[in-house]
Amino acid sequence: MLSKRLIACLDVRDGKLAKSVKFVDTKDIGDPVEKAREYYEDGLDELVFYDITASSDKRRIMLDFVEAVAAEVFIPLSVGGGVRTVADATDLRLAGAEKINVNSAAVQRPELISECAHAIGAQNVVLSMDILRVPVSDATPSGYEIVINGGRRRMGVDALAWAQRGEALGAGELVVNSIDADGTREGYELTLTRMISDAVRIPVIASGGAGKPAHLQQVLTEGHADAALVASMVHFGDYTCSGLKRYLHEQGVKMRMRW
Amino acid sequence: MGRTLIVDYDAGNLRSVQRACSEVGLDAVISADPAALAHADRVIFPGVGQAASAMATLHRSGQAEALQHAIAAGTPILGICLGLQISLTHSEEGDTPCLGLIDGRVRRFALDDPRLKVPHMGWNEVRVVRAHPVLAGIEAGDEFYFVHGYYPDPATREAVLAVSDYEREFCCALGVGNYVGVQFHTEKSGRVGLDLIARFAAWDGRFEAGGKS
Repeated sequence: MLSKRLIACLDVRDGKLAKSVKFVDTKDIGDPVEKAREYYEDGLDELVFYDITASSDKRRIMLDFVEAVAAEVFIPLSVGGGVRTVADATDLRLAGAEKINVNSAAVQRPELISECAHAIGAQNVVLSMDILRVPVSDATPSGYEIVINGGRRRMGVDALAWAQRGEALGAGELVVNSIDADGTREGYELTLTRMISDAVRIPVIASGGAGKPAHLQQVLTEGHADAALVASMVHFGDYTCSGLKRYLHEQGVKMRMRW
Repeated sequence: MGRTLIVDYDAGNLRSVQRACSEVGLDAVISADPAALAHADRVIFPGVGQAASAMATLHRSGQAEALQHAIAAGTPILGICLGLQISLTHSEEGDTPCLGLIDGRVRRFALDDPRLKVPHMGWNEVRVVRAHPVLAGIEAGDEFYFVHGYYPDPATREAVLAVSDYEREFCCALGVGNYVGVQFHTEKSGRVGLDLIARFAAWDGRFEAGGKS
């Protein structure tokens, strides 16, 4: 059987590793290439880079950075942040990323998902969704709304409907990132993760809110997630990738335990 | 060590494979030239994407014929993912006649459990069922990274080198003579995957299919 995956997300700003709390107040916490190598050697299953200052003039920095990591890290790499066109996606692929995350630009122009799926294969297109809990309304019957631009702009789009549309357009995987839980270290948004995971046939990566190993166990079992994404838990040295995996394995969650 | 060629036919990110080769000291060139392919000392045939368009490209470029030449010449060949699939006789993906380097068919996962997702994506255990120099060293519990909706089904059971489980058992590595193919992305499978590439780099291309498991 497939193992559940532990994914570490590195928010990269100007080539440096950054960590945000509720998408504001970012601070630098080290060299991302070094961190990537360290996590890879410690049993991490997959790496995600998010370019949080994505803009056209910074593109080259990110491409060079992806190249540097791909030369040292031999597990799947996923990259996102500011992917607006198929050319952005193919450039990042050539630099060494397997998977491309689309987010804001796909909400504004959903065809971006199908265009990328056609160009680089559906299995390599990850639809990353930043989601805010809202009152149930006609526009947001699930009680969750999509926000873009790093959590700053509400879109009036229902999160569950968007997840299903993303799947239909050819996304190969979904990241369910809870804005409410992000940076709180109080646990993943289990209700949201499970609702979306049960409504699609593509893998779901849970993101936002992990603070304790038990949170990962919850989201991979009760939350029906295929993978758990962590950031500050490992970046600040409170936990290691191998330690988290060992814990999950001991709790009966199937994990890759040899590397 | 001679010249190792990675077959370039517009099917995915070949530099990942090249980087993994380089990590284990195997200097490999990415080339679309059929003449270079036919005369390479060692061939890696990777790929992601769709069977029919891959076959069309290989025929148009003359690489299909060059691969036939390489296999007949005894050149060690490593097929990876789509590269493995289109080495068989036929793929259910788009009902596509393939290269026929190896006798067998490529089938789509037909799973009973609606919660199981296709493509089969992620890390899964690889169980060696027949000893082969390229797979030597894979131990119980070793996992590799997979991304695929179809799997190889060789015509003879003797060709099955390793299996994996996704609701049911499927072949994830096969070998006939100088050809060895893996369904998983060995270039993205961490240390165990790199070790496999290192063993391929040292393999002389000889394998007795009737050998004991």
